[in-house]
Amino acid sequence: MKPLAIEKTLVEDWLGDLCDDFDVFSPSMTKKGFYDWAPFQSGTGLQVPTGVPKSSIKTFFFPQPEVLFHFKASVSDPDAYRLKEPDCQERKALLFGVRPCDARSVVLNSMPYEPDPYFQARRKNTLIVGLLCKESCSTCFCKWTGGSPTGREGMDLALMELEDSYLVEPVSERGQALISSTIFRKPKEQEISLVQELYARKNGEDAASTLRGKELMALYEAPFWNQVSQSCINCGTCTFLCPTCYCFDIQDETLRGKGRRIRYWDSCMFPLFTQHASGHNPRGDKIKRVRNRFMHKFKYFPDRFGPVSCVGCGRCVRDCPVNIDIRQVLSNMLGV
Amino acid sequence: MSTVNEKIAGQIQQIATQLLESKEVALFLGYTQGTVPGAMQPFVARDVEDAKRLSWSSFCVVNLANYLPGLLRSLEPPRRPNEPPPEGPLPKVGVVATGCWSRNMVVQIQENQIDRERVVIVGVPSRGMVDRRKLQESVGQREITSIQEDDNSLLIRGNGFEKVINRWDVIRDNCQTCVHPDPVIYDRLVGSLSGDRNIPDRFRQVEEIEALSVEERWNWFQEEISSCIRCYACRNVCPLCYCPTCFVDDSRPQWVGKSKEQVDTALFHIVRAYHCAGRCTDCGSCESVCPMGIKMRLFTRKLQKDCLELFDFEPGLDPDIPLPLTTYSTSDPEDFILTQIRKGDEK
Repeated sequence: MKPLAIEKTLVEDWLGDLCDDFDVFSPSMTKKGFYDWAPFQSGTGLQVPTGVPKSSIKTFFFPQPEVLFHFKASVSDPDAYRLKEPDCQERKALLFGVRPCDARSVVLNSMPYEPDPYFQARRKNTLIVGLLCKESCSTCFCKWTGGSPTGREGMDLALMELEDSYLVEPVSERGQALISSTIFRKPKEQEISLVQELYARKNGEDAASTLRGKELMALYEAPFWNQVSQSCINCGTCTFLCPTCYCFDIQDETLRGKGRRIRYWDSCMFPLFTQHASGHNPRGDKIKRVRNRFMHKFKYFPDRFGPVSCVGCGRCVRDCPVNIDIRQVLSNMLGV
Repeated sequence: MSTVNEKIAGQIQQIATQLLESKEVALFLGYTQGTVPGAMQPFVARDVEDAKRLSWSSFCVVNLANYLPGLLRSLEPPRRPNEPPPEGPLPKVGVVATGCWSRNMVVQIQENQIDRERVVIVGVPSRGMVDRRKLQESVGQREITSIQEDDNSLLIRGNGFEKVINRWDVIRDNCQTCVHPDPVIYDRLVGSLSGDRNIPDRFRQVEEIEALSVEERWNWFQEEISSCIRCYACRNVCPLCYCPTCFVDDSRPQWVGKSKEQVDTALFHIVRAYHCAGRCTDCGSCESVCPMGIKMRLFTRKLQKDCLELFDFEPGLDPDIPLPLTTYSTSDPEDFILTQIRKGDEK
């Protein structure tokens, strides 16, 4: 599939046209002073922040809450406790300006969610228009985790910002279908060579993958966990902002004879996460929970699926209330 | 010439070293430099070598009192939940405390969460801590790559810019309106006490919201909490939140729904705030750590104002005055139990 180009001034028009077929979302400055995902509105000016918005795009794949099914809970109802599928006739969504780390997270999350019809339906229903990175933030570390600032994994279209234009590279068939309009033109040679130069930048070492070879118990009993966990307050900021934290809890909610089963975000930082019905908690102490978060990302997940379950977006580094820096933890783990 | 904060850091290191070396304390709780600009990390020093890493800056936004009960427990021999602590002296913890942190320690002592005999409090009169959102705003949301602190200014550098800003302009709202910056209880003092401050309009932010109509106020509240992701950073960072099982985690009965539905989020924030009534010292940790920028401190601030107006009480100033919600007197005001609607005000 051949790349095309689009003038910067025309991108808004293009997105405006796409709104006919999709719910289009893009990063937008909130009243709170940070960028977050919001419905795209024509005429408000396109905002393209450096780095990732506050929330990851997992919010589009794991809604809060996901209704798994409905039921009626009144015994007199002939339909009582018959499970009804939720209405899933949502419009297709298109996410514009997804950074390579976030796009890649969808691919990684697909591994454990391969048999999950809810996730797969949303994946089918959501198009990702990626925006490759020219600069990194101080909290970025995608190169350590097997990603790249110009990685196109998980995208349908990959845009590279140039001086007055974007080079648009279709990555999937459905991405190709998005750029059939006459707004797009053939790229100039100079544009292509500029982009190739950016692609050719060295990626550095994929440090995290070396963890797969490490001995499990040596990592598990490493002395640094104590220091790392000491400052942790066990909140869910890191896990909830993380694009590759996908753990959930399930609950039935019933009210006045009607009920639904919902799936909502859970966090391995919370004691309740592993609390047994007996009252026993295998991860009753903070240190066990903190260790699990990192071991899951860098050891258990790669042992099972291959890549590490971290894309290096740096959200947890940016927003951890007590500055637990996953890069430091990773270095500690590599040092074992 | 070293800055005020460098001097404070030096003295904290010195005191911590002496306390650890003499074995007066087993652990020393303070702060160390973080890994990103403007981040400080709560840090537990175990020996003299660790003590060298202790630091101080205008970015120590997490109330250290929060860690105390857990740290003290970690030094006790393991026991069953309701078993009394063993007899005889137990190891002590040294801790740094500003005005509000020390007031939270007073509340913790009153609520039997910590034993005064087991903490060595190193008081640091507070000069106010920086609000990183105000800081971000002052540089137009551009990425900050380094912050250099002087006594009254901050030199901020980013990709292609450099800016000097007045420190007080980016100090947190709670610190700007704080009237008790000095530690209330302490065993050692770093620097000198600065005395209570006089701020006539210290509840202005609350009054502005009080002046709104009921509907406007509700809308403001809904809007404020709409971005909440239920990460519970506000709850977990709060030194007042120590229930073994939080009401949001209870499943029998289930008081509150677990997902991001607005009604559940609202209930969480309202109940959280009310649990802090008459106990909150406005340390501002909840607001500082919120990843979504929710100004939940204003909820507890309102309750503080009520508490002051109704009971003439501010928590944590005197260990001998009981907390208003744990005691009563026959002269307690009760006219707020029913809302009074004056004639002509009905809608």
